[in-house]
Amino acid sequence: MTAVTTSATPRFGWTRSLARWETLLVVALLGLIVLGNALSPFFLTAGNFANLIAALMEVAIMALPMTLIVIAGEIDLSVESAAGLASALLGFLWMSHVPLPIAILIVLAVGALGGLLNGLLIARGGLPSLVVTLGTLALFRGLALIVLGPIGVSDFPEAFTAVGFGHVPGTVIPWPFVIFLVLAVVLAVVLHRTWIGRHIYAIGKNSGAARYSGVRVARVKVGLFMLSGLIAALAGIILTSRLSSARADAAQGMTLTVVTVVLLGGVNIFGGSGSIPGVVLAVIAVAVMQNALRLASVTVEVQSIALGLLLILSVVIPTSAHRAKSAIERVRGGRPPPPDSVPRGEQRIPSVEEEPS
Amino acid sequence: MTAATRSGQRLGAIARQRELGLLVILVVLGAAVTLRAPQFLTIANLSQVSVLASVTAVAALGEALVILTRNVDLSVEATIGIVAYVVAVTLESHTFSAPVAILFGIGLGLLLGIVNGVLVAFLRVPSIVATLGTLSVFRGIDYFIAGSHQVPLAGLPEGFTDPARSDVFGVPVFVLVTVILVAIGTVILRSTRFGRQVYAVGSNPEAAAILGIPSRRVVFTAFAACGALAGLAGVMWVMEFGTINGTAATGAVLAIVAAAVVGGVNIFGGSGTLAGAALGALFLGFVANALPLIGLSQFYLQAIYGAVILAAVAADALILRRLQRSRTRRSGR
Amino acid sequence: MLMFAACSGGGATTAPGGSGAAPSTAGGSAAAAKITVGYLPKDIVNQYFAAAKTGVDKAAAETGGTVKQVGPNEAKADLQIPFINDLTTQKVSAIIVSADGKDEVAPALKAAMAAGIKVVGFDSSPAVGAYNVFVNQVDFSGVGVNLADWACELAPSCTGDIAILSAAATATNQNAWIDLMKTTLATDKYKGLKLVDTVYGDDDATKSTQQAQTLLTKYPNLKVIVAPTTVGILAAAQVVKQAGKSDSIKVTGLGFPNDMKPFVKDGTSPVFGLWSVPDLGYLSFYVAQKLVSGEITGKEGETFTVKGLNNDKPYTIGKDGVVILGPAFRFDKTNVDNFNF
Repeated sequence: MTAVTTSATPRFGWTRSLARWETLLVVALLGLIVLGNALSPFFLTAGNFANLIAALMEVAIMALPMTLIVIAGEIDLSVESAAGLASALLGFLWMSHVPLPIAILIVLAVGALGGLLNGLLIARGGLPSLVVTLGTLALFRGLALIVLGPIGVSDFPEAFTAVGFGHVPGTVIPWPFVIFLVLAVVLAVVLHRTWIGRHIYAIGKNSGAARYSGVRVARVKVGLFMLSGLIAALAGIILTSRLSSARADAAQGMTLTVVTVVLLGGVNIFGGSGSIPGVVLAVIAVAVMQNALRLASVTVEVQSIALGLLLILSVVIPTSAHRAKSAIERVRGGRPPPPDSVPRGEQRIPSVEEEPS
Repeated sequence: MTAATRSGQRLGAIARQRELGLLVILVVLGAAVTLRAPQFLTIANLSQVSVLASVTAVAALGEALVILTRNVDLSVEATIGIVAYVVAVTLESHTFSAPVAILFGIGLGLLLGIVNGVLVAFLRVPSIVATLGTLSVFRGIDYFIAGSHQVPLAGLPEGFTDPARSDVFGVPVFVLVTVILVAIGTVILRSTRFGRQVYAVGSNPEAAAILGIPSRRVVFTAFAACGALAGLAGVMWVMEFGTINGTAATGAVLAIVAAAVVGGVNIFGGSGTLAGAALGALFLGFVANALPLIGLSQFYLQAIYGAVILAAVAADALILRRLQRSRTRRSGR
Repeated sequence: MLMFAACSGGGATTAPGGSGAAPSTAGGSAAAAKITVGYLPKDIVNQYFAAAKTGVDKAAAETGGTVKQVGPNEAKADLQIPFINDLTTQKVSAIIVSADGKDEVAPALKAAMAAGIKVVGFDSSPAVGAYNVFVNQVDFSGVGVNLADWACELAPSCTGDIAILSAAATATNQNAWIDLMKTTLATDKYKGLKLVDTVYGDDDATKSTQQAQTLLTKYPNLKVIVAPTTVGILAAAQVVKQAGKSDSIKVTGLGFPNDMKPFVKDGTSPVFGLWSVPDLGYLSFYVAQKLVSGEITGKEGETFTVKGLNNDKPYTIGKDGVVILGPAFRFDKTNVDNFNF
């Protein structure tokens, strides 16, 4: 990520503005719900809640480790292909009469291995995550096509497909949403309440300084990419279950939405700040928006435009706000603004304790 | 990461080696494929491969320029798609004559490039986010105006697609266009102030800023040029494929970025050549053509593209590390 | 603009004429209720579905019904499912759907049926049990024989190499036609034809073009390309024409008459076929209407008529709730100008 920017790195008083960002998200969410209700009488129904959540669950699940990776100053574009490879491999194994529990374990292991490949190339090889994961985006998808070919496998047992399509008994809550919530809580605790989380923030804020203060940067990064691969594989399995069909082209195009959700959740694309609750809110906001647009019969092309604009605005707004703020400070006689692309090493080195949580 | 930038000039040497290396690989692989499938080494096939690769190559030139400034443009495929459709549909409806439509297509590409340039250089959105966003926006607009309409070959003016199939003294027109663009671009990059600024901004933005190089203007210009070249690629797309709907060029960005990276354009910015990017496009087109001829399924293509990208960046990093080590040793540190 | 100009052959829609607004078009059934249908094609980019929609719209206009088109940009099942769920939420009377994946969309369609919505499959069938009636465009085995016949007709003295350019390798209807074509080719009459390859262009103009180019390079002795897909046949015809090989290589398969007219005239593709795509939409809407009104339930053996289709003779619902629109048309230079879709 550092390799592809000439822009200034916005540095907010993140503890405060993050809170503000999340407040903004809540307000936006409420606005969307009111709008959705006005657009369609079916919007505020329990069945509709299940629909809008179910359609975005794979994206939501993959957004969780992506949050950690972006906070650490990297990116993983390969998640959609890792999920596709998981789906294809699961189909292949099931077709070859491997018992489903074992097949699922193998698929998860392969997902983690794929993440390991990313992590090693990036953290040990010193290669930029953007290109490495662009490469594995193609590689994993290609492997998926080689493993399964163009066929679809759909004779999975009912017990398996019920997880993806079914609801928690007596409610309209889809099972994948439960998985998402559990993962979100676990990762939120890890990120916001443990030393691992502090190290992740430290790496994202200043990788060099983190290393000197004893953070094992490479090890943390490899771990994060493995987690991303593992959870992408899990998302692939859930997608397979929800569609009751394994295909090599599963999850194609999802990375865009995953990255959008993460940035919309207030995670700084330059690393160093962001929170899981913010991303969870963003997931729900995007799900509500897409659903409201569909119920209002807004066509998919307009939705695609809306998603792209949302992605850009989620960076333009905080960046511009920051520039406006520093301009005001300059007028008040503060220091001159930092030049473009201040290298990480020259930035304010935050103490590891100073985390938004 | 900053270490990488210090060796910009040395990487320039690598890039030249990369061009030679790619040529050698092309010849060797070509010979091997010909042994298995003699149809490969026919004039008809070779010109077909190079014409198809030229479309990717023209877009890859713009992409290379952007990558040289330490940015990336993921929206090129949507620019190609939207330009291809708009050019085709204006020709079909007789709104524009062929020359006007071509200019209009390049102009539309330029406009979309300017949008990216403003976002990245002036609104300071990181290029990956900005262009991931505009990828979605541009493609959405493309779908919106195209709907389910498809412009058939018969809808285009007689002879409009001929450039994709004609040659000058045996050299296909598209290849000639690419070579001319590479030549012009290389002269600009090597011998003009702007060219030196591009390399300076890409290899060391901090130093460039201190030296007073207008890095934002340089980045903006690179994106604008990338848009215009993508626009030209969109026009070429129409000539090559004839039938155009809203989905044209979907997924092409992978091959375009891969062409630049494989051609030795360093993703850290600051080093690489346009000739390398064009050769990279030729190499990938060659692989795509050779696979079915030697009886390998098309499903392998995607995996091979991915592996090639990884191999290219890994090779860059390895060579770079070795260079640094030998330099460190020499300087006695 | 995709409506018929004039038609020949059985099964063609007659001009709406005076009967347009009269509810009697619904085969003399009870006064037709005004229904709202969700029209969910595989994707909203493919002009095949735009052509089918003209028929759906026409039938809706005749009965005062409403058509709501929704659908993804790409023909992918996971993108199609949310639209089914939304239509269910919106409580439309019926869903007319071409499935992106027969098993993938099944649970969502079953949920729609459980909510009282009638599901009419067309073009590409959802899994059996996930629809009330499936309107099949054509008798599959008939097309298989047709494809083999046309290839035989175009290959010099019915001998030489032929290749198939299909859509996606997963497309059920494509594969059914190809299998039946292969069975036909195995019979004695076609022993001179040698099927050298089957390639897939995924109904994408670019991919289909590249696949066709590869076929030309790889098989110098190729005589006929058979493309049972409207995107593929057009791409193949363009490639052959642009390679200047219209004399030695012929293209046939299933294509739109409007797309193929120039190639029929210049001899690249003298013979090809298709069913009336607008009629497919037209019939699908009336089936939905009759399911909603209770005139039919989708049981095997039920019969119904739709005025203007099947020469006004009744349709019979067959096994698995399948209704067949009629035979494919054969297009050549004697009749291609009479069609406009």
